[in-house]
Amino acid sequence: MLYKIMSRETLVPNNHLFKVEAPAVARKARAGQFVVIMIDEKGERIPLTIADWDREEGSITIVFMEVGVTTRKLAQLKAGDSIANFIGPLGEPSHIEKFGTVVCVGGGVGVAPIFPIARALKEAGNKIISIIGARSKDLLFWEDRVREVSDSLTVTTDDGSYGRKALVTEPLKELLEGAEKIDRVVAIGPAIMMKFCAKTTEPFAVPTIVSLNPIMVDGTGMCGCCRVEVGGETKFTCVDGPDFDGHLVDWDLLFARQRIYIDEEKHAMECACGEVASHG
Amino acid sequence: MAKVDLNRVSMPKQEPEVRAGNFNEVALGYNAEQALYEANRCIQCPKKLCVGGCPVDVDIPDFINAIREGDMPEAVRILKGKNSLPGICGRVCPQETQCEEVCSLGKKGAPIAIGRLERYVADWELAQGEMEKPQIAKATGKRVAVIGSGPAGLTAAADLAKMGHQVTLFEALHVAGGVLMYGIPEFRLPKRVVQTEVDYVKSMGVDLRLDFVVGKTMTIDEILKDGYDAVFMGTGAGLPMFLNIPGENFNGIYSANEFLTRTNLMKAYLFPEYDTPIKRGRRVMVIGGGNVAMDSARCALRLGADEVYIVYRRSEVELPARREEVENAQEEGIIFKFLTNPKRFIGNDQGWVVGAECYEMELGEPDESGRRRPITKEGSEFMLDVDTVVIALGTTPNPLVPTTTKGLDVTKRGTVVADEKEGKTTKPGVWAGGDVVTGAATVISAMGAGKRAAASIDEYLGQQGG
Ligand SMILES: Cc1cc2nc3c(=O)[nH]c(=O)nc-3n(C[C@H](O)[C@H](O)[C@H](O)COP(=O)(O)OP(=O)(O)OC[C@H]3O[C@@H](n4cnc5c(N)ncnc54)[C@H](O)[C@@H]3O)c2cc1C
Ligand SMILES: Cc1cc2nc3c(=O)[nH]c(=O)nc-3n(C[C@H](O)[C@H](O)[C@H](O)COP(=O)(O)OP(=O)(O)OC[C@H]3O[C@@H](n4cnc5c(N)ncnc54)[C@H](O)[C@@H]3O)c2cc1C
Ligand code: FES
Repeated sequence: MLYKIMSRETLVPNNHLFKVEAPAVARKARAGQFVVIMIDEKGERIPLTIADWDREEGSITIVFMEVGVTTRKLAQLKAGDSIANFIGPLGEPSHIEKFGTVVCVGGGVGVAPIFPIARALKEAGNKIISIIGARSKDLLFWEDRVREVSDSLTVTTDDGSYGRKALVTEPLKELLEGAEKIDRVVAIGPAIMMKFCAKTTEPFAVPTIVSLNPIMVDGTGMCGCCRVEVGGETKFTCVDGPDFDGHLVDWDLLFARQRIYIDEEKHAMECACGEVASHG
Repeated sequence: MAKVDLNRVSMPKQEPEVRAGNFNEVALGYNAEQALYEANRCIQCPKKLCVGGCPVDVDIPDFINAIREGDMPEAVRILKGKNSLPGICGRVCPQETQCEEVCSLGKKGAPIAIGRLERYVADWELAQGEMEKPQIAKATGKRVAVIGSGPAGLTAAADLAKMGHQVTLFEALHVAGGVLMYGIPEFRLPKRVVQTEVDYVKSMGVDLRLDFVVGKTMTIDEILKDGYDAVFMGTGAGLPMFLNIPGENFNGIYSANEFLTRTNLMKAYLFPEYDTPIKRGRRVMVIGGGNVAMDSARCALRLGADEVYIVYRRSEVELPARREEVENAQEEGIIFKFLTNPKRFIGNDQGWVVGAECYEMELGEPDESGRRRPITKEGSEFMLDVDTVVIALGTTPNPLVPTTTKGLDVTKRGTVVADEKEGKTTKPGVWAGGDVVTGAATVISAMGAGKRAAASIDEYLGQQGG
């Protein structure tokens, strides 16, 4: 089966948005879930979070950052092209209920997955305080979309080129120290950012949910590649998560396991670049 | 009558030194002359014990007789009358404990090499290029959903289609075939053989829907509501078991499912032509003693390992793997460490496994399985330096479907409750069979279950009227 790219857009350099025709996935998609895609029969299976969906149109929106061979190849596809395999919705949906006041933190490409969660939490009656961050202004996207579903929004950049010059953990800490009671924090972004968000909230004992991103293969609980340790127990991220209690995650294990194929990935990039060069 | 040769025709194989460096099929198959000679050893005894030894009742003496008479199309017809996947079964069935075990010749010498002849017939048909289309009954207007495209699902789908039902086959992965595609390696079961059999099932009008994870993309209850009259669940036993010992999540430690999926399904042995990577370990330890362990060890060797150990907690006689595959592994230089069990894994500061601390074991009284229970020798710990570990302890059914289906009972072991004769589950309109019911078993037993369930579903749909 082929899954057509209905439209595409480069949000900021190296970060792209695809709307893909996948009616069966769109029918069931919920905030916090992901898809596994394979570009062609020689491709790798990689997970990407569902950033949005349109049940009537039968479409799923994904936002991804170019980091290696697969995401690079994906970025080269045009509207009208197809992806060979698009599987989902996978993983447990995020826990949505009325908690009270929820802080939603999105970093880098993590702004895309935080959006549907913030929206669902907002619809459930929560007050949403959002913090989104990027390295610099030209890498920031979806400020408008996140603002729309938030009661307040703080934007940070590492270099101060836009919004506040800070890491997302600084405004987060201030909120926790402030007068308003914070009932829950949801943080999505690079693993290192999620770790520091969890470290920031820990002394305040505010439940903190993170969405883990280990390496995966099937995404259905069949291989154990995605195992992480949470509260001393081994979990399969693809079926038990991807959302977990950030205070209980063994972050060093996650970091180590994300690096398993670092040599192979480098080698593949060199080969792929060589190919591009020799083919014109 | 000439005296019967008590030895079977040996299987031509790639030489061990050669095959250890490639993923091509190890056993090359009989040629016409060898097949005829072997077929002529059959004494066509009236007892036909072999038929009783076959879980799907293949008319073994008849197809062997057709080979003898040079009527290959007839041999194909007889074989396929009972078994729609002969190219697969001829290669991977444990004939030594089934049809061949009871062969009359076995009392005096080597039993007829039934599996090799079965493969010969299937390969002959494949070489002809064109397959004879099976007869499809008149359309009944009934719709059946088959979930999982392993041997159980493929067999049920094929039989139901032949009976005239409209079948949709839902598969979670991006290819059909189940373990035959993602687990059993190319060098034992070439993927083109599986693909041919899958195409054959599709040629009967079965609608194959890949990338469809039942329980996620749609639940069984939703499928039933969507207008399907019955469901067959052949979702296998796909959940890997781990040892639950310290250090098990270090980098370089794989479940056999992951190791084999990367290697076979994703073709990591062809990386970077294919995009999926795998660690090519130098000193590899495989834990377990079944077919899965043998396959993992032999894949590791072909990926370029210097030393591959199979660590098994009992002794050689208890190895559950097929004898033939144990011998193949030994010939290729796999090192067996019997009566050994890992205690914990040691990692370096980067989180990579560098060794396993193991216990020596001894055998005690027989346990429930009838095999002697392995007992840890206290104080016997020793270190094995390894950079890759593959855990091949077995698998249990994935809870994804049971937990999303109302009224479907499972046992404590996670297997779906279904009656053995017909495959009926506790949920009306839903049948199950294969590894999801029995736990990890064999290709042929899964096929048998698919067949019986198809017959039961057909009967049920008939009673429902049109
Ligand atoms: C549940 C989940 C949701 C994700 N959602 C998004 C998203 O919405 N947008 C986005 O840009 N990225 C997302 N990722 C990460 C994304 O899957 C990886 O960036 C991608 O797989 C990289 O592949 P590559 O071949 O381009 O890069 P590579 O060069 O192969 O790898 C770069 C890095 O990506 C990670 N990675 C590599 N292969 C895999 C794999 N098969 N599975 C997971 N991670 C891998 C590794 O940590 C690696 O170091 C998500 C990951 C998970 C687990
Ligand atoms: C490495 C290995 C070697 C083996 N060697 C042998 C051998 O030599 N001889 C032998 O007889 N047996 C062997 N076996 C055992 C044999 O392969 C299995 O017993 C047999 O494949 C079981 O068939 P099945 O149809 O029940 O399940 P499977 O083959 O496991 O197929 C189940 C299918 O269902 C799909 N599925 C699961 N969940 C879902 C879902 N939610 N939605 C949609 N689809 C789903 C899976 O992706 C899979 O394709 C081996 C097994 C392994 C792992
Ligand atoms: S990705 Fe295979 S079990 Fe999670």
